[in-house]
Amino acid sequence: MSTPYTLNQYPWWKYLLIGLVMLWGLIFALPNLFGEDPAVQISGARANIAVDAAFQNRVAALLDADKLSHKRLELDDGRLLIRFPDTELQLKAADILKDRLGRDYIVALNLASSAPGFLRAMGLNPMYLGLDLRGGVHFLMQVDMDATIKQIEDSYVDEIRVQLRNEKAQYASVGRAASGGVQVEFKDEAERDKAAQALRKNLANLQQDEPGPLSLRLTLGEPEIREKRDFALQQNITTLRNRVNELGVAEPIIQQQGSDRIVVQLPGVQDTARAKEILGATATLEFRLADEENDWNQAATTGRAPINSRLYKDRDGQPVLLQKRVMLTGDSIVDAASGIDQQSGGPAVYVTLDGKGAKRMEDGTKGNIGKRMGVVFIENKTETKRVDGELKKTAYTVEEVINVATIRDRLGRRFQITGLDSTREARDLALLLRAGALASPIEIIEERTVGPSAGKENIAQGFRAAAIALLVIAVFMTLRYKYFGLIATAALAANVVLLIAALSMLQATLTLPGIAGIVLTMGMAVDANVLIYERIREELRNGNSPQAAIHAGFDRAFDTILDSNLTTLIAAIMLFGFGTGPVKGFAVTLSIGILTSMFTAVVGSRALVNLIYGGRKLQKLTV
Amino acid sequence: MGRFSLYNTNIDFLRWRKLAMIWSVTVLLIAVGSLLVRGMSLGLDFTGGTVIEVQYPQPMEIPKVRETLAKAGFSDAQTQHFGTSRDVLIRIPPRGGQGNAATLSNDVLHALQSAEGGAGVTLARAEFVGPQVGQELVEQGGLAALGALAGILLYVMFRFEWRLAVGTIAATVHDVLFTVGWFSLFQIEFDLTVLAAVLAVIGYSVNDTVVVLDRIRENFRKRRKGSAQEIMNLSINETLSRTIMTSFVTLLSVIVMYFFGGVVMHGFSVAMIVGIVVGTYSSIYIASATALYLGISREDLLPRAKETADDRP
Repeated sequence: MSTPYTLNQYPWWKYLLIGLVMLWGLIFALPNLFGEDPAVQISGARANIAVDAAFQNRVAALLDADKLSHKRLELDDGRLLIRFPDTELQLKAADILKDRLGRDYIVALNLASSAPGFLRAMGLNPMYLGLDLRGGVHFLMQVDMDATIKQIEDSYVDEIRVQLRNEKAQYASVGRAASGGVQVEFKDEAERDKAAQALRKNLANLQQDEPGPLSLRLTLGEPEIREKRDFALQQNITTLRNRVNELGVAEPIIQQQGSDRIVVQLPGVQDTARAKEILGATATLEFRLADEENDWNQAATTGRAPINSRLYKDRDGQPVLLQKRVMLTGDSIVDAASGIDQQSGGPAVYVTLDGKGAKRMEDGTKGNIGKRMGVVFIENKTETKRVDGELKKTAYTVEEVINVATIRDRLGRRFQITGLDSTREARDLALLLRAGALASPIEIIEERTVGPSAGKENIAQGFRAAAIALLVIAVFMTLRYKYFGLIATAALAANVVLLIAALSMLQATLTLPGIAGIVLTMGMAVDANVLIYERIREELRNGNSPQAAIHAGFDRAFDTILDSNLTTLIAAIMLFGFGTGPVKGFAVTLSIGILTSMFTAVVGSRALVNLIYGGRKLQKLTV
Repeated sequence: MGRFSLYNTNIDFLRWRKLAMIWSVTVLLIAVGSLLVRGMSLGLDFTGGTVIEVQYPQPMEIPKVRETLAKAGFSDAQTQHFGTSRDVLIRIPPRGGQGNAATLSNDVLHALQSAEGGAGVTLARAEFVGPQVGQELVEQGGLAALGALAGILLYVMFRFEWRLAVGTIAATVHDVLFTVGWFSLFQIEFDLTVLAAVLAVIGYSVNDTVVVLDRIRENFRKRRKGSAQEIMNLSINETLSRTIMTSFVTLLSVIVMYFFGGVVMHGFSVAMIVGIVVGTYSSIYIASATALYLGISREDLLPRAKETADDRP
């Protein structure tokens, strides 16, 4: 068999292409070399709080006043980032800044990539570390939908009773049916038919059926149930988001999972107990008439409220004086939805009360038309603090006026709040009203907390394992395949670089099992090279010339490499499909690793072999 | 050449296929028996409950921790050292009352900190899993494994032939059962990372088997002489060097992970080590022997008539 020397040569563009891919890999992997600075991130608690150059100067002055040395202040997109040389200073500064800046600003701990500015300007970021590597809390919460529906049905029980009384329909009993829905028992059929007709008119959204000769059952329709469920979930997400903001977390994740679950991830949270306390707060609402006789600002400056009144602040920090007497509490609210006011066309919130609540509202408002009424949002929280070395749990409440509106009319079962600035404000108010009223029971069904030092240890161990594995494989491959082993090692190193680059580019989450995936991929990536080299040896043994053996080795091994890698990829994709959190991370690194390893082993190491051996006469080949 | 003298081997592997089958069936019976009798030592991810890992500034004795916990009302807690004598792992089984389950880890930490006069004890890791989540995980894990097997079966059927596909699946199921059985027999905790490892074993085992199958197909097409058994033997011998090399290198990286990857990765590494070892054995014996029992012949692997003839030189 005659072998042309040109057998193992790539055209120049192929080398160029491989060079470009490697350059791409190196550039994208680069930000990972710089590590991260402990940082404090400050943003406005509300849209109207500006974080600008003036604010930056103010913070700089605060830091200087307390002699807190910092690396840099960076203003970016309405957020101020302060980098510190170490974690101790970062924590100290965060405490001081929280104290000095007050509740207008959210002060959050963060880790900021210390890659040089030009890399970040190019949109290049290091790999996104999972909670098990950076520390933090992961919660999976489930909204108790059965309880939500039960709550709604309970409110309908009241409502139906009022309706029946108004229609003068005689009934024996009204109650929730065990099988769901509200069941009304009557003494005779005529009364039942009368009631059924009235209810069909006034509560058209309820479906009716007759489980017995003298009973009537009213159930929520499927679309309404779906809507309520969706409401309950959105309301919980909004409440959680508000609370997380207060907690000060730089990159929180709060998202829906499935139909009734919410995932909350709080990276870098140091005090996990506090996080749970804040997230687990419960909220209520109070409607109170405004104090129209006294000057609100004067009360605020003296700090003393007149007798019979209480001093509150609204969401912008402005003082509000409300009467001490509570007109109505949040548990009377059946629903609150945002919409458009029919008359003015402006944003509005529609509130629906239950029967008892409607009565109290009527009594409370009929003599006060033209006066103002405030809604107070109250959150009950617990806080654990260290007092004289003992840990003490204290309960406290945070009260805030979320709306003050003028009473235009005698208010009844349904009323609307108008005069809101935007549809967004209307939506927020509706959500807050619901949050304070129809708090759907929510429970934490999964929690994973990793302390910050444990996270650091995990990274260190993971990377040490990866580095040692790479070294061991390199030594072994070189012993076994001589120069070809070195080429395989170079391909393996290139594989790791490409894998890190791909993970950085996709901003996929790197977890500890993800690192295991990288280590495993290194072992398996060698397989492609082993297949090729063993094939080359075989071809040499069969009496082929070195060049022909190299050519045939790469060529024939390719089919096998493709088959074996594709089957592993199938398993990895299945793993991704079902996995959650860390396991997904494993599946991602495994899948990407399989793809990059095929490239580096088949194309990359071929290019190196061609460069070294291609185009010359080889008498002998040591594989 | 042949520093490991794995070349030009001519071992009649399949002569012992009966013996291998008997051995495999026996081992699998033990595995299944253990699964039925002893069950799995399922981790928190599957059973639900709470795990808290704390670190003390100084070495800490377990009985002392136990006492503190019992006083605080956690007499059902299991306590053990985790890694070093300063690290303590506390497990609390799922409790009936769901309400405060999520705050359990706080209470435990507070109890331990108070006993130590405040500072010092730090939380390294806390995990709470509700019972419903664990149940779902068992279902999803099983589905993922079945999905992976089905996907691989289809791929091998499409690329090769159904008897080889069945052989591959037999080998893979063998490896999975063996690995899971190992965890049952030695009562090693089976958690989410081990499940991930078992699924990776599926991938690895198939990878290994497919390389042998590839050679079997090639040799069936190339050689006109020889019985199916001879050609299979030849193929196994030809790929033996690669099979052992790859397994060895992958094994090296997993062993490194066992020793340097931290205690958290132990379960994962053990599953991978066991899986790779049996995976190597099964790709030599189970897959080809099964296909042979199913009566595979040269004709089954020849390219179909409409395709052009073998393009290999």
